[in-house]
Amino acid sequence: MILDGKAPTGPIEQSWDKHRFDMKLVNPSNKRKYKILVVGTGLAGASAAASLGELGYNVEAFCYQDSPRRAHSIAAQGGINAAKNYPNDGDSIYRLFYDTIKGGDFRSREADVWRLSQVSNNIIDQCVAQGVPFARDYAGYLDTRSFGGAQVSRTFYARGQTGQQLLLGAYSAISRQIKMGSVKLFPRTEMLDLVVVDGEAKGITVRDLITGEIRVHTGDAVVLASGGYMNVFYLSTNAMGCSVTAIWEAHKKGAFFANPCFTQIHPTCIPQAGDYQSKLTLMSESLRNDGRIWVPKKKEDCTKPANQIAEEDRDYYLERKYPSFGNLAPRDISSRAAKEQCDEGRGVGPGGRGVYLDFRDSIKRFGENVIRERYGNLFEMYERITDENGYQVPMRIYPAPHYAMGGLWVDYNLMSNLPGLFVLGEANFSVHGANRLGASALMQGLADGYFVIPYTIANYLVQTKPGKVKADHAECRKSIDEVKGTMKKLLSIQGNRTPFEFIRELGLLMWNNCGMARSKESLTEAIAKIPAIREEFWKNVKVSGTGAEFNQQLENAGRTADFIEFAELICRDALHRDESCGGHFRVEHQYADGEAKRNDADYAYAAGWEFKGVGKEPELHKEPLKFENIHLAVRSYK
Amino acid sequence: MSAHTSDDKTMSVKLIVWRQKGPNEPGRFETHLAKGITGHHSFLEMLDVVNEDLIKQGKDPIAFDHDCREGICGTCSTVVNGVPHGGQERTTLCQLHMRKFKDGDAIYLEPWRARAFPIIRDLVVDRGALDTLIQAAGYVSCHTGGVPDANAIPISKPDSDYAMDAAECIGCGACVAACPNGAAMLFAGAKVAQFAALPQGQVEAPERVAAMINAMKECGFGNCTNHYECQAACPKGIDVKFIARLNREFHKALFKAKAGAFIPLVEGE
Repeated sequence: MILDGKAPTGPIEQSWDKHRFDMKLVNPSNKRKYKILVVGTGLAGASAAASLGELGYNVEAFCYQDSPRRAHSIAAQGGINAAKNYPNDGDSIYRLFYDTIKGGDFRSREADVWRLSQVSNNIIDQCVAQGVPFARDYAGYLDTRSFGGAQVSRTFYARGQTGQQLLLGAYSAISRQIKMGSVKLFPRTEMLDLVVVDGEAKGITVRDLITGEIRVHTGDAVVLASGGYMNVFYLSTNAMGCSVTAIWEAHKKGAFFANPCFTQIHPTCIPQAGDYQSKLTLMSESLRNDGRIWVPKKKEDCTKPANQIAEEDRDYYLERKYPSFGNLAPRDISSRAAKEQCDEGRGVGPGGRGVYLDFRDSIKRFGENVIRERYGNLFEMYERITDENGYQVPMRIYPAPHYAMGGLWVDYNLMSNLPGLFVLGEANFSVHGANRLGASALMQGLADGYFVIPYTIANYLVQTKPGKVKADHAECRKSIDEVKGTMKKLLSIQGNRTPFEFIRELGLLMWNNCGMARSKESLTEAIAKIPAIREEFWKNVKVSGTGAEFNQQLENAGRTADFIEFAELICRDALHRDESCGGHFRVEHQYADGEAKRNDADYAYAAGWEFKGVGKEPELHKEPLKFENIHLAVRSYK
Repeated sequence: MSAHTSDDKTMSVKLIVWRQKGPNEPGRFETHLAKGITGHHSFLEMLDVVNEDLIKQGKDPIAFDHDCREGICGTCSTVVNGVPHGGQERTTLCQLHMRKFKDGDAIYLEPWRARAFPIIRDLVVDRGALDTLIQAAGYVSCHTGGVPDANAIPISKPDSDYAMDAAECIGCGACVAACPNGAAMLFAGAKVAQFAALPQGQVEAPERVAAMINAMKECGFGNCTNHYECQAACPKGIDVKFIARLNREFHKALFKAKAGAFIPLVEGE
């Protein structure tokens, strides 16, 4: 099947305005008759729930956390892009559109990216009106800074906590609707299944994480904004509870999964220290402005203290390999270069998995005070975790899994191939292509939630009769039975290994075979090994307690089971995409200088996978990507 | 807390942990040994080790709240040796590392204890009351769309910085747990102060402070008697000056109410 993104035709500059006019509306007095279920309360979910509630729809919002304010959008540090052109430095909607298409290595849908760029300006207006305290200059106007992949200063920020402040803005908006009664909130509630009736999404089956109750919520449309799946690598910058479960269950009920192999590995994270480690911590990429990255030239120097290694014995490999960008080379290039040095045996720190990020020269040039002023909080955080003083000894960094560009396939209206199922934010696939630029994730989450879904969902609802499916529908009962069956099975195995042990094993395999560099051999090996992990899991997992209580181990077990199934799909997608592009690097396809070698003739499409059963080969459906405004070109930042 | 254990050595610590099956069950302390811990283990990773061991023994693992493990989501919520988050300055429990303890230490773990936070299980409490405070009026009542350009209203940098200082609150509730009165005035004060400092928040300022103070009472939070324990426990270093601002905003609202400018009507005031 050829997938149709239903992107509007005609001049790109008018595409969204025209489409908004062409879509059907729901009469204001009819809106309250429709119920919309929103899963996830991060930037995308909270902004969607709040905006839909304001319009008069009946909204039910679900999150696994104890409060909407805790969603992992909160951890984003750097900022949010918008084409305001406040600094008068030549920015425009078209330039943001161009940068995002190019940054994504030409694997995203043009019309979606145009719309994102267009509404980016509304987002900043909206957040300021909500009381988000963005950084300002002394005249009282908004300040911006530069970020990777752009030559203009278009990133708005709130200290190092931009994600937190934007999420609290969306949280305040949803809180207002909860108070007004248009949004009903279900915290500590996890979606475990999608209810599909006659091919349309009409409900979700959830588990109340406090009482263990399994129940169905029915609605006229389902909006998934459940975030990304990078915890499939176990160690990632994601929160512990981030999982693929909501979108994976939807996939198993028929929703196509697009481009799962497009994963982003962030270059500046604190390296892993031991097997017990539970997560990796990101440090803002801005550190690369003043820090120099190096490893010892000689392997035997790797165990010496850094300050005993002479200047001529240090290899500033980014400056050497990419003289024009140096330490500010793009994320994917920097990450792969660090891995190469460590693979050659020149890594530093525990297990030889780290490179130095050295501020010695900057401290000499500007003084320690200036560096402290710029990055003091990051040095503090580094010391808290590693017990090392970054002013005295170079920091150690290593790349870590960070963001998922892939996700459920959606059309221009953000609706999946299942009518009534909408997917927003990191959970969908549409705008970042094969690589996301910094400060674009926050922009997408809020664009989808505040400014896209309120329009596009009406176009679907107006064609459906409200309240079609009730909780006693056969499909609802079937879904409850399935979920209960899975819970019962997980609890009954009583084997010898904990869910943690399985996800660690899976994560290591994925990191080694489907991480920063992938090959036909590594992927084929992973596809052969994953079914064995899955089979052992269902024979030998040990989950304590019962289903009818607060049981964190049962939650972990369910998420782990889904990750194991999903891992196979990432590997299959990575194996099928026989090219390198953005975050997907196949060692077979690179230029002499290590740059990713794209194959536009054969792979300029989004790959939408259809589920055919656990352990069975999924079916591929292609959505050809057309580039009518920005010409396909080799991505170069030299 | 002043101890410093090197990351290379391993140690054992004795945990005396509050165990409670549910809100209506009796609770008790239980002792567990955490073995093979290095200085690099975060406190929560140490608990992971203990839990893996408990599961293997067929016992119930210790329930504790956690999520981002990088000090920003505000989920982790355990009182360690009598201090919320364990007492390292400006540090959430997830970022406290075991090198701050020494071999053989006995460590007491308890949940947030406050009237407004019922215990769910072991170290997990229900902090929904903090959401209720925000729902009462912790927002600017603007709809999506129809707002002016972001640069239409300049905001002085000091005002903007002050609002950001207040907005850094992560809503973990350590302030409530540390307060002898179980008050949420630092939490509510930070929100009231953030909006009071911004032009966007001025319009509803009297209604906001009145509604939030009302909600504090309804949720069972206490009042501030100037112990400053909240500031000491706050992992983000939120300043008690925001409580003073809360009081000032409240009194301003009372004057406005007396003048008939609005009707807040906080019961009993």
